[in-house]
Amino acid sequence: MSAVSGASVVVVGGGASGLSAGWWLAREGVDVLVVDAGIVGWEASGRNGGGATHYQSPLFHEEQRLWPMMDEMLGYPTEYRRERIIFATNEAHLAEYRHMAETCIGLGYHASFLDGAEVRARVPFAGENALGGVHFHFGGHANPQRTVQAYAWALQDHGGRIRQHVKVTGLTLAGGRVTAVETTAGPIGCDHVVLAAGPGLAAIAATIGIEVPLAPARAEMIVTEALPLMAVGGVDGNGLYGRQTLRGNLAYGGGPHEWLDLPDGRPTGRPSTPVLAGLARRLAELFPKAAHVNVIRSWAGVIENTPDGRPVIERLADPDNLTLCTMSAVGFGLSPATGHALRDLVVDGRCSFADLDKLRLARFAGLSPDWRRQQGWVAAPAARAVPEVV
Amino acid sequence: MNRMTPPPAVPGRDPAVDPKSVAGMHAPATEHVELLVVGAGPAGAAAAIAAARAGLKVKLVDENPLTPETIGLDVPLKFGGRATAAVQNPARMLEQVLAADPALEEAFEAGVDVALATTCWGAFLNGPGLGTLAGPVAGLAAEGRAWLCGFDRLIVAAGARDLVLSFDGADQPGVVGAAALHALLARYDAFDGESLVVLGSGPLAVAAATAALDRGLAVKALVEVLDTPQAPADAVAALAARGVEILTGHVVVRAEKGAFGVAGAVVAPVADLAAARAIACDTICLALGTVPMVDLFEVAGAALEMDPGRGGFVPRRAGPNATTRPQVFFAGDCGGIAGDGVADPASAAADGRRAAAAVLASLGRAGEGDVLVGTGAADDEAGAGAAASGDGVTAGILAYRRAWMAALRAAGGDEVIACQCEEVTRAELLGVRPPRYLGWSSPQMDRRDLGTLAADGPVDPDQVKRLTRAGMGPCQGRRCREQVALLVAEATGCRLEAVPLAGYRAPVRPLPLAVLAALPESAAMTANWEVWFGIDTQWVPYDVIGTEREAEWLGANMHL
Repeated sequence: MSAVSGASVVVVGGGASGLSAGWWLAREGVDVLVVDAGIVGWEASGRNGGGATHYQSPLFHEEQRLWPMMDEMLGYPTEYRRERIIFATNEAHLAEYRHMAETCIGLGYHASFLDGAEVRARVPFAGENALGGVHFHFGGHANPQRTVQAYAWALQDHGGRIRQHVKVTGLTLAGGRVTAVETTAGPIGCDHVVLAAGPGLAAIAATIGIEVPLAPARAEMIVTEALPLMAVGGVDGNGLYGRQTLRGNLAYGGGPHEWLDLPDGRPTGRPSTPVLAGLARRLAELFPKAAHVNVIRSWAGVIENTPDGRPVIERLADPDNLTLCTMSAVGFGLSPATGHALRDLVVDGRCSFADLDKLRLARFAGLSPDWRRQQGWVAAPAARAVPEVV
Repeated sequence: MNRMTPPPAVPGRDPAVDPKSVAGMHAPATEHVELLVVGAGPAGAAAAIAAARAGLKVKLVDENPLTPETIGLDVPLKFGGRATAAVQNPARMLEQVLAADPALEEAFEAGVDVALATTCWGAFLNGPGLGTLAGPVAGLAAEGRAWLCGFDRLIVAAGARDLVLSFDGADQPGVVGAAALHALLARYDAFDGESLVVLGSGPLAVAAATAALDRGLAVKALVEVLDTPQAPADAVAALAARGVEILTGHVVVRAEKGAFGVAGAVVAPVADLAAARAIACDTICLALGTVPMVDLFEVAGAALEMDPGRGGFVPRRAGPNATTRPQVFFAGDCGGIAGDGVADPASAAADGRRAAAAVLASLGRAGEGDVLVGTGAADDEAGAGAAASGDGVTAGILAYRRAWMAALRAAGGDEVIACQCEEVTRAELLGVRPPRYLGWSSPQMDRRDLGTLAADGPVDPDQVKRLTRAGMGPCQGRRCREQVALLVAEATGCRLEAVPLAGYRAPVRPLPLAVLAALPESAAMTANWEVWFGIDTQWVPYDVIGTEREAEWLGANMHL
């Protein structure tokens, strides 16, 4: 494998966050290199629901500001479409969705409440079981696979570099600074490192004594053959998240995850399981008028979570040329804004558009080394008691 | 919104484990067998019979007769819209499939649980990335419902499917594969065509032409891009004697289009494409090769490897008929296409018996398999031949595919559809164009193609799929993946053998939501189903974190 020449900024991890950071840096002329152990966007960044409506995040406003401009800014299509609808088939869900809408309205966004008939009028596949819902006149969804490649191409168009199939094995510290990224293709010298390696972040940070508590897990999705397009493709409910693609396929996920033990954070397999039938069951309930449509594929992705399920986005004080980013399993939709924030941290030392203080790593100081077991986030033994069937 | 109260304890689940995780949630299988055999062709039937006679509890499933909808999707074979209305009648089809194969009757008599018109859409085993199953299970579906069948051992005997390379007009009714033609003629008695032009001149093409002639159909020509026929001279001469024109050094330029699909094949000498002429026919049969049907192996997590001598991607052998998954075995063509690529029921059955013996040995019950020994030494020799990574007749298989691809591109250009489901042309694939319905164009996009993609590293067909949608439709690349691999190799200058396999995932057959929805679900899953991880603190609005209002949002969930 040929050696990789150094860069001013080395981004470790070509997922949505790392690629977006690389793009933001490259477009203002920073000498940036994104290194990925496999193919860019190949892991969870390219295997998710594509949602772009994250009101819980400090990056929310920037997420909403950027998405409508992304195609033009990148020069490649992301398939972004605005708006979302969520609707309920039971009262508990309806209350939950209304609470979600009130939160968004409180943040200054426009959401309208729908009764069952209004849901059916806006969601052609909804049935008589639709009780009501919410139309979010903001937010939206994009095609993850197209978007990650768009980031990669756009950063190259601005002079940034991508190196695939190079695995980062550690960091080199000298004089209190990271001076190089150690890789399977040799050391890569750098002035600054952005660690955005998903589940693999922890093992890399640990090589210089920085503990980032992360637990990887596998989650599943299904996709159907194409159906006629709904006016709003981002429709959720019934324990599912997902979207109708612009081709017409219904791509939906949700349901139980499986915690994994991955010594270096790299997925060893991404199998689907019979959980895919649970997804089909709920999708058929959500869209009774589409219950006849064929499921043509399922897939799974591996994502990492911090102990509180919230991101770590921080430029460290020591070493002060290392910036960490894990989005704790909610990274794709926020990625335009995450990249902007990472650019700000690298170049200016602080985020220009949002307070990120509550997302510092220090909140986990004093966490028990045994935290995964204490939270029950453990990789299960192969065989378990047989559950009762409904 | 406050869901701080823990969910009720679920019987049988470990209270120390995250209740929202899948541990302890998978429903038990509806049935359990010691051996599940998928595919009731000669290999699968022989395996099931041998194992049942040795005392195993065996279930043999076969998706035939397929539903008309599945046939219409060209899954698993390239039926090309040439099935008669007879396939609309399930009872007639069931009768026909039974009558076509005496081994099924024998299997019934041996005590095998034979399930026809039953699809195996997945096989799930603990392994990398999955450790929560109580045991190996297969997803089955029939009569509008899905269920799980647990197994100790699985023999996949799924056979081979058609190799499809395209030309102008190949997306209309009347372009069928040789394996599909065989199924429609021999298994279903439901072929809706009268006159054929066969592409290819190897043993597979000769067998297809002969079978058609024997049924009283007209075979107008064999078309071969190479200068010499690929089948033995006497076999080719026999066809010529029956009136079949043998056109070596020729390529199909396009299919003529009529009201009912193909109305003719326009062929031309490879060296003089201007000298094209039309041959009237209603069917063009692709007999360029078949490909081992490996989708279930991949779903089961068995390693695959490219072996041109065995027809393409095949399960990596971990012992006689064994895959790298100790519970999963292969029999027949799906484990590697033997010899000259023509289905040989006797050697397939022998391979099935070997697979049964391997299963019995793996269960420590080899002694009960005496009944198997009677198959004789000839079987073992045939097996050795079938198993060998041969450099015999099929050694040039990839070169043959490349020669056909080059001739088809020279004759028909790249504005020809390569992925029929998504209507992606060869040119769009080579240019990694976004799908036409996006209406996207930009100077940046115009500078990108497969070549520039390859500059960033070896190109995976799944990347091409993500960008162009080629292989993303209902047939999941069963009609285009070999062509995609050929184009990727050609455009990126890599060896065809080095192009990775585009992934297969469950369900390996298209299945309606409502059918999968019928799969039994555990009470634990129903009670604990969450949109996302169900982490109490994950969806608390940022401004609220650390304030006294935080409790209002704990346990909130997120869709969107």
